[in-house]
Amino acid sequence: MRNLVKHRLFWPTTALLALIAINAIARHSFIKITLRDGELYGALIDILRNSAPLMLVALGMTIVIATRGIDLSVGAVMAVSGAVALQIIAGSDEPDNLGVVAVAVAAALAVSLVLGAWNGLLVAVLGIQPIIATLVLMLAGRGVALLITDGFITTVNSEPYEFIATGYLIFLPFAFLLAMAIVGVVAFVERRSALGVLTEAVGINPEASRLAGVRSRGIIWGAYMVSGLLAGVAGIIYSANIKAADANAAGQLIELYAILAVVLGGNSLMGGKFSIAGTVIGVLFIQTLDSTILFLGVPSAQSPVFFALVVVIVVLIQSPRVHRWARNLSPSSRSRDAGTPRDVEVAA
Amino acid sequence: MTQDTSVQPVVEMRDITVAFPGVLALDSVDFTLRPGEVHSLMGENGAGKSTLIKALTGVYEVAAGTISVSGAQRSFHSTADAQAVGISTVYQEVNLCNNLTVGENVMLGHEPRMAGCIDWSAAHAAAAEHLRGLGLHIDTRSMLSSHSIAIQQLVAISRAMVLDAKVLILDEPTSSLDRGEVEALFEVVRSLRNKGVAILFVSHFLDQVYEIADRITVLRNGKLVGEYAVADLPRDQLVTKMIGRALDELASISDAAERDIDRAGNPVLKASGIGKRGFIEPADLDVYQGEVLGLAGLLGSGRTELVRLLYGADRPDAGSLEIAGEQVKITSPRHAIDHHIAFSSEDRREEGIIGDLTVAENIVLGIQARKGWLHRIRKPEKDAIVADYIAALDVRPANPNALARNLSGGNQQKLLLARWLATAPRLLILDEPTRGIDVGAKADIQRKVAELSEAGLSVIFISSELEEVLRIAQRVVVLRDRKRIGELDSSDVDLDQLVGYIANEGKENAA
Repeated sequence: MRNLVKHRLFWPTTALLALIAINAIARHSFIKITLRDGELYGALIDILRNSAPLMLVALGMTIVIATRGIDLSVGAVMAVSGAVALQIIAGSDEPDNLGVVAVAVAAALAVSLVLGAWNGLLVAVLGIQPIIATLVLMLAGRGVALLITDGFITTVNSEPYEFIATGYLIFLPFAFLLAMAIVGVVAFVERRSALGVLTEAVGINPEASRLAGVRSRGIIWGAYMVSGLLAGVAGIIYSANIKAADANAAGQLIELYAILAVVLGGNSLMGGKFSIAGTVIGVLFIQTLDSTILFLGVPSAQSPVFFALVVVIVVLIQSPRVHRWARNLSPSSRSRDAGTPRDVEVAA
Repeated sequence: MTQDTSVQPVVEMRDITVAFPGVLALDSVDFTLRPGEVHSLMGENGAGKSTLIKALTGVYEVAAGTISVSGAQRSFHSTADAQAVGISTVYQEVNLCNNLTVGENVMLGHEPRMAGCIDWSAAHAAAAEHLRGLGLHIDTRSMLSSHSIAIQQLVAISRAMVLDAKVLILDEPTSSLDRGEVEALFEVVRSLRNKGVAILFVSHFLDQVYEIADRITVLRNGKLVGEYAVADLPRDQLVTKMIGRALDELASISDAAERDIDRAGNPVLKASGIGKRGFIEPADLDVYQGEVLGLAGLLGSGRTELVRLLYGADRPDAGSLEIAGEQVKITSPRHAIDHHIAFSSEDRREEGIIGDLTVAENIVLGIQARKGWLHRIRKPEKDAIVADYIAALDVRPANPNALARNLSGGNQQKLLLARWLATAPRLLILDEPTRGIDVGAKADIQRKVAELSEAGLSVIFISSELEEVLRIAQRVVVLRDRKRIGELDSSDVDLDQLVGYIANEGKENAA
């Protein structure tokens, strides 16, 4: 039991389950899932589908943060990615042609990768502080997206493209499956190759890693490229969902929600050790909380306050200092003050 | 003995156990501190000295056991708890605020107030009085950073006196002081002892312990060996108790070093005129197979700077390098590693270990870095390598899953040695591998170096302890003021000659 509580994912998971339980008690329909035409529907399924863009962005953010960095440009990269894809589809004669959509997606991903590489260049090679380096693209990126769409909100009707966001595959939303597949691939690569541990080494102690022969520059650069690429996929899912490239609304504030998801998942902003599973739980928590606000009918004017309150509570629950404080308040610790060794407590 | 054991102890620690994941740092240790005594805590690195101090000062919570202060049982959850009952600590690295004045530092948090505002003139007057009590006559309005470490340490002690400390813990207070400063510090320690303050004194310097301490508690491997009056414990017995074995091994190391090196063929590494402006003047250096080349010189003489250029940790702007007769350019540590050169930095914590990774991960990091991220070392292979080196170097605890930062300095050093040996280097550069570690680990590392060089490994060995350099190196290159001033055959010189050479030779050359 003690080990379970000490597990780094214990509190994030508990928070998520508690939130779902509260919803389920408030309204039983929350956990209701129905099968229609081989497709699952329900509030929980919506949460899974809507979580896809944030999931991908937060995944990239996890790796960047593990290297002691941060990537503020992800929202802007989403906007650029969506703009590139939609511009290509809108400019073609056959928006429903699978080949056209494939080209559009590939081009959007290539551009996102280049943007990620730009961030990596600034951070890993030129040594600019990550927060400043990525701020450049965060501010400039949406301008680039507007430039691509000529200042308009490009809209399209392309069935294969829309499928990315709203389609279903084996009972589940395609967007969710896509996000989980990518999470799986990244997690597999990080943990099955030595990339994960080398990334952690660079994040924990960059100078010692360099002297140990780790190519830290390449690892940091790669992290920003992955983050850019994943933000690109997120941008595609987002634009496919609204069938439009909205340079201002796409990925608005998503960089901050991604950072929040990483932290709610029990990861440290100081870099080093990271848990992709933790980030996934963090994302699901944020998405569930978002739905909760709708579900419980919190007035929209108050919803940011409600959101912030819940987040503060969850962060406090995870804080080691609060744990210590709670322990000191509990009667068992007072008995320790009176001289009972802790082993006895455990046995009792 | 100056005090009698019947006095009520000010601190009584009973059956103290402290555990970290994978490490039992203290295993039911007893410790007693009486008023008016200087008590020295002795043990190898990793014996548990720091842990015991941290348990006493509230940095670590104890897993089991009791701490009583002046007869009342206490449990500390923070350093503030410990300070509140009169336990103050002066650390190796002074923990004061550099950007405040001396007076502000002494009085911080206890400033006299007038009508709710701090009465600064009274505060400085009070600070000056506390400082005078320690024989320190300095301007309380001067910035702390403008004073030497020795003065800063005395300021830290005065601060402890403001807090009305009954127990004063001095953790390696003398490691950066010169002889005169140590004398001044001891003067203060003696006067505090005479006032009834209990002083816990931790130092690696045996001479100082025998000069100042009344009583010694010895720890080994997290367990209590015993408590002794200084007069009853001759030095050789103390060392034997600390390391658990006798110390005649150093002699055999010295024998191993006295052998002829075949300098016929190409040197393993030959540097010609390698240097960097404002860093180190161009210097020549060569090291042959199986040779230990010592680098001697004072701190800041350019020893570290020179080897960093060889390793590519910094880029030289002059000179050339040859490895086994071939001209090479080394511009990064990676290049050096590809050429089978390994470098263990003098700064273990910042440039050596990866604290939050495990022992095993730290050991294989060097090989893993060379293989690249795509070729992960498989678990069976990793386990075998790690088990081999933990056994060969006697890393304690012998737990591959312990976090590196929970290990003591000496064991962290062994960890780094293991990391580099695992990469099978041709040339191993060791910068201060034995600094700040205890006799036992020191002997282990020296013996390993002698063993490896006999087997054909070339080593560049840097140490501030000249005896050590002479003991294990065949040749010694001497540096001063960031310049190479000469080279000696270690069998031709003794310690005094080497010291004389460092002190004088460069001057003659310059003239």
